[in-house]
Amino acid sequence: MSAAPDHNPTMAQTTLVQRLEPHAPVLLVLGLMILGLIAIPSTSSWLTLTVSGLAMGMMIFIMASGLTLVFGLMDVINFGHGAFVSVGAFVGVSLLLGLEHMTGAPSLALNLTAMLVAILGAMVATGLMGWAFEKVIVKPVYGHHLKQILVTMGGLIVVEQLIIVLWGPEEIYITRPEALKGAVTFAGAAIEKYRLVAVGIGAVVFLGMRWVLRSTKIGLIVRAGVENGEMVEALGYRLRLVFVGVFLAGSALAGLGGVLWGLYQEVITAHMGNQSMILIFIVVIIGGLGSVEGCFIGALMVGLLQNYVAFLEPKVALISNIGLMVAILMWRPQGMIPVVKAK
Amino acid sequence: MSDNILTLKGVKTNIAQYHILQGVDLDVPRGAVTMLLGRNGVGKTTTLRTIIGHWRAHEGQILLDGEDITKVPTPAIARMGVGFVPEDMGIFSDLSVEENMTLAAVSGPINDSRLQWLFSVFPALETFWKKDAGTLSGGQKQMLTIARAMIEDRKLYLIDEPTKGLAPAIISTMAKALRELKSQGASILLVEQNFAVAKALGDTANVMDDGRMVWSGEMNTLATDGDLQERLMGLTMDGHH
Repeated sequence: MSAAPDHNPTMAQTTLVQRLEPHAPVLLVLGLMILGLIAIPSTSSWLTLTVSGLAMGMMIFIMASGLTLVFGLMDVINFGHGAFVSVGAFVGVSLLLGLEHMTGAPSLALNLTAMLVAILGAMVATGLMGWAFEKVIVKPVYGHHLKQILVTMGGLIVVEQLIIVLWGPEEIYITRPEALKGAVTFAGAAIEKYRLVAVGIGAVVFLGMRWVLRSTKIGLIVRAGVENGEMVEALGYRLRLVFVGVFLAGSALAGLGGVLWGLYQEVITAHMGNQSMILIFIVVIIGGLGSVEGCFIGALMVGLLQNYVAFLEPKVALISNIGLMVAILMWRPQGMIPVVKAK
Repeated sequence: MSDNILTLKGVKTNIAQYHILQGVDLDVPRGAVTMLLGRNGVGKTTTLRTIIGHWRAHEGQILLDGEDITKVPTPAIARMGVGFVPEDMGIFSDLSVEENMTLAAVSGPINDSRLQWLFSVFPALETFWKKDAGTLSGGQKQMLTIARAMIEDRKLYLIDEPTKGLAPAIISTMAKALRELKSQGASILLVEQNFAVAKALGDTANVMDDGRMVWSGEMNTLATDGDLQERLMGLTMDGHH
């Protein structure tokens, strides 16, 4: 038998469009920023809006990243994800209110330490809550999408009511830590200090998640599990344990997002998580269900577009993200960075 | 210790309302290649998937090395030393070849000498080590899926149609790899439609029809009896070189 080559290399030259195609989602973010620069008459306003959009995008990413992984790994549609955002915000803000001597001091180090305590407290609380939520609410409805939607929605309502029981029905207003109030001026643009912190935390979370997913064995298992859970189990890994870990981590991240979102809005309510779910779902869908990178890029696009449009045409801002989702899905029906799932 | 690494006794498996396996009996001798043959849709793939635990037998017993694994979860069965190569290959397309192999080395880092041996069997894997598995050709993906099962020493290999849809050159590479595995004393349960490959590799053969085992015996007996092949599988050696 003659040995035919098992791989046939081709010399066909690819066009520029073909070469750029894999990078299209990243280029889209840059393109959106350039469009904003053209449409917004003042460069300083553009810079302010861009940083604001990036900060908003980072916070949405933090809140949404767990949801996309949970869906990708176990096909679970968790409409109760917003509950972790609300609980995270209430726990974090309660801790910050208890640390007023630190948040009120004009010391960046003390302020950031207080924030760190609040964030860790919120993440521990929402992580534990996520563990219980998965065991009690999600586990019995694996494989049943309609039931998942109904029971997780129910779970969200119960948690919202528990927040009202524990913290009262009123909105809680909060001021940001002293050193994070106000803005810094850069190139004539006023950039809120808090938004810079949010961008920094978002970038650290994204890079951390990317490192775990790309450079550790547990990350490998998660990525493989998103694609073909059955095969991961056939290799000897207990995917259910991995899923519980991801659910717990995703809930903790939603809690972190809740603290940041609460400080960003400077007011928290029991329904804030529920309200943020629309943005979270848009980001998860346009990013590609199960894709962390897609979720990140989608969140940045949503944040940027919302800020630019709100500045240029405030009334259109309400529908701009829905329009973005429609446009992306017409271009790539599986989302920007689709995860190839085994049939 | 029994001479059989795996034994199925009256295994019945239902998928939804369909009764796919209707009482399968099977012995897989230790250190031999056992062929599982039969026409399309008779339950060969379901048998392998039931053994690995993807589908549950609702009746009967599956014994691995004498231990009942009928109700044992899939990951535990795999960790007992069962390597599974599914019909659809189960490659992780978004992971590189290296990552696919790293993941398959469940008990720790990849053993370097074992990896070098696999590279000698499948040189393409070394060439495309850092490439995404999704970019490989069909033959290379099949090599990866077999190599992934072989990256650690397993008690038993369950392999489902490894030559399906492959070019003759790749089929000969596959057959060579399986022969090497066999020479190391591995126990293999192999589903194969290519009768020439089955004849070349198999020690014993089991033929299924309609969810049951209808014939078991030496591969040589089946390979040399055209009437038997015709009766069991509707084929003769003349049509299957």
